[in-house]
Amino acid sequence: MAGNSLDFKNSKIKDFCWLGLVAFLALLPLVPAVAADSFRLHVMILILLFASMSQAWNIIGGYCGQVSFGHSVFFGIGAYGAGLAVVTYGGTPWPGIAIGMILAAIVAIIISYPCFKLSGHYFAIATFAIVEIFNRIFLVWDWVGGALGLDYPIIGEGLGNLMWHQSKVGYYYSALVIFIIIFGTVRWLEGHRFGYYMRAVREGQETAESLGVNSSAVKLTAMALSASMAAMCGAFFVQYNLRVDPPMVMSLDMSMKFVLITILGGAGTLLGPLLGASVLIPLQEYTRALWGGLGGGVDLIIFGALIILMVVKQPDGMIGILRDVSKWASTKRSRKEI
Amino acid sequence: MALLDVSDVTMKFGELVANRGVSFTVETGSIVGLIGPNGAGKTTLFNCISGLCKPTEGKICFDGNDITGWKPYQIAAKGAVRTFQVVRPLKDMTVFDNVLVGAFLKCSDNRKAFQKADECIGLCRLETVRERLAGELSIGGKKRLEMARALATSPKLLMLDEVMAGLTSTEVNESVEVIQKLKQAGLTLMVVEHVLDAIMSIADKIVVLDGGIKIAEDTPGRIIDDERVIEAYLGAKYSQRYKRRNEIGAVD
Amino acid sequence: METFLQVLIDGMLSGMLYALVAAGLCLIWGVMDVINFAHGEYLMVAMYVSYWLGFLLNIDPLVSTIAAGAFIFLLGALTYKLIIRFTIGKPGLVALLATFGLAVLIKNLCMNQFSPNFRIISNTWLGGKTIHLGGLIIAVPQLTAGILALVVIGILYWLVNNTRFGWAVQATAMDRDAAELVGINTDRIYVLVFGIGGACVGIGGGIMPSYLAVHPEVGSMFGLIAFVCVAMGGFGSIPGALLSGLLVGVVEALAGFYIAPVFKYIAVFGLYLAVIFIRPKGIFGW
Repeated sequence: MAGNSLDFKNSKIKDFCWLGLVAFLALLPLVPAVAADSFRLHVMILILLFASMSQAWNIIGGYCGQVSFGHSVFFGIGAYGAGLAVVTYGGTPWPGIAIGMILAAIVAIIISYPCFKLSGHYFAIATFAIVEIFNRIFLVWDWVGGALGLDYPIIGEGLGNLMWHQSKVGYYYSALVIFIIIFGTVRWLEGHRFGYYMRAVREGQETAESLGVNSSAVKLTAMALSASMAAMCGAFFVQYNLRVDPPMVMSLDMSMKFVLITILGGAGTLLGPLLGASVLIPLQEYTRALWGGLGGGVDLIIFGALIILMVVKQPDGMIGILRDVSKWASTKRSRKEI
Repeated sequence: MALLDVSDVTMKFGELVANRGVSFTVETGSIVGLIGPNGAGKTTLFNCISGLCKPTEGKICFDGNDITGWKPYQIAAKGAVRTFQVVRPLKDMTVFDNVLVGAFLKCSDNRKAFQKADECIGLCRLETVRERLAGELSIGGKKRLEMARALATSPKLLMLDEVMAGLTSTEVNESVEVIQKLKQAGLTLMVVEHVLDAIMSIADKIVVLDGGIKIAEDTPGRIIDDERVIEAYLGAKYSQRYKRRNEIGAVD
Repeated sequence: METFLQVLIDGMLSGMLYALVAAGLCLIWGVMDVINFAHGEYLMVAMYVSYWLGFLLNIDPLVSTIAAGAFIFLLGALTYKLIIRFTIGKPGLVALLATFGLAVLIKNLCMNQFSPNFRIISNTWLGGKTIHLGGLIIAVPQLTAGILALVVIGILYWLVNNTRFGWAVQATAMDRDAAELVGINTDRIYVLVFGIGGACVGIGGGIMPSYLAVHPEVGSMFGLIAFVCVAMGGFGSIPGALLSGLLVGVVEALAGFYIAPVFKYIAVFGLYLAVIFIRPKGIFGW
């Protein structure tokens, strides 16, 4: 019984830390050094967005263990949902976002049902293929703007249009809301029956089934949830960039980015996607700003080298490094006490 | 009425016949031992009952339902839960989380599930390793984890596949105690085991398989005299030793 | 009918090249259970090797393809020594992501050094030559490349199935520990397999500049198509890779001609999904 109360206390502390982090993030734009410098705010917005997006992937890829490289499809569906609502139908993006999220979940279930029968590399390659198919279809589909994509008109700013022109603070807070929604959901799932079932399916599908877990239902539900959250992030991404075209949202590189951020941070952990995004996104943005003009590619060369180094040296991601460091520190401390 | 009714089950893998026309029943509240030489088809029979394999022919009824061809999770949800001979811990989860997955089957409420899990961890003596990762346990610990996890699902029928193999004699005695405790609590058990002393002492009925065919089904006392069982599995020496020991026990 | 045959032949010819690229990947996948995401980038590097040899030293791609093969052999061996070695025994995803990082690195190094411009060698021996067969036109560079591809695949198949080295490779693929026990140096086998897998794609890439422009992005699509061919053919099956390479080439050409060019990849990837949903382990998979 003592163990239980310990668990309870631990999770209390953990939640308290998260609350502190969110409060800190919420107050950040009030600091002039951040708010006045729109580039810094831009980097913060991207960190929040990609942390949220990677967390969405983490649900199915990290917790449930089904490594999908197809999440840019769902990201793209959300993006096009908002884009069509604004550009083609001249309204607010909100109904488009809602429809996009629902549609992404439906598409996810339809695609995943046959894909979950595949194992290992076959599954991975099938998800590559699906991204390529969606990419090409959207390139030739006139209704969604084809290869030209959709360019936003200048319309009034504010929450109604989810669009701001003067300052990025509005975007920042919207990204923070998405971040809270997605991280909150995953935090809730972690301590809930469904969260345990997802991890059980990852660790051993047959074992989970022998304990009464309907593994395909768990996987499909996790996939649908993950996809609709990805769609939400995609919608924000378009609102932020004010344009969308297929290579921008539905590409293998985009899918890879979600996977990499999560893996580099630590797959299957709540903190991992945030850690990964806080390192990779500033790296990407600052190297691009520094060397972007120099013949191009330098930022991505560093990016590539970093990926190799991280993946090879610490497959558990930065969470793994933190764990090793804390273990090392504690053994050192205990040695001192002796 | 019997809790489990296996009738005429045949399981073929291509040309290989693992079980042929096996029938037996498990009465509610009893312990049934399933023994036989290696390759006799014990684990395959378990796989058929728990839904991992679909029997080629025959019918399996559990608790009034024809469960032939059901999915494993449906059968588990009905209350027939098994452990695996080759242990399958959920490696990257703690012992407690492993057991909790089982507990969630019948308790959707977190608090109740936590309680149930701790109860089973206590019963299987896993308290000291509660927060360790399941993959790091010793083989004995993993076997006890298999049992704790299955128990946590609050099953009606618990099917144990060689939970005592490879354990020390103290550990075997502990397991026997646990099984007897479970029986007293009203659980029905089906046990595949090679540790004969253990199973003979606790089973109400023994089913003997050889070459995929049931060669005997009787109480332990009479199985020990069965010519075919002695020939196929026990050997004459064991039979005599067992009887001698029991006589001494009776004199005491 | 004649158009159909023409499209079919063009498809077969590009299919042979796909099969060669896939065969190299297939060997690596089959033996080490690693998807080399940088495989397409190997092809691109091989094309640059051949291009620069042609541009600076005036060597024809037909000759420099050997140099390209050797170069990518070394690149493959180096990749194994520096990266893949550390991922063996870890989840399959680790090697895939590490090689993705390598792909990003190689692609952008080339982008940085050689600029994104399309480059093509003029005045090659074969350039622009055609064979007329009735009403059909067969481009000699593609035909030569296709024949070369078939020869290399044949040699690879022979190597794996009929030599002591090949048996050692097969043993390592089945059970690394057991292979170690019977005295096979599996680490060396892995180096050689990665190198040979690279050499296949190197030879394919080396001859391509005689009819295809070189640029840093050229490899990505070839790499993806190679994955599809290997997975469609089945785990580690070289005949499977050959068959699905040809199939992909033909389907691509037919869809591109009869529907619209943009549909060729939709058709290819659609074909892959259709096959894999019916046979989850590929055509020759078990």
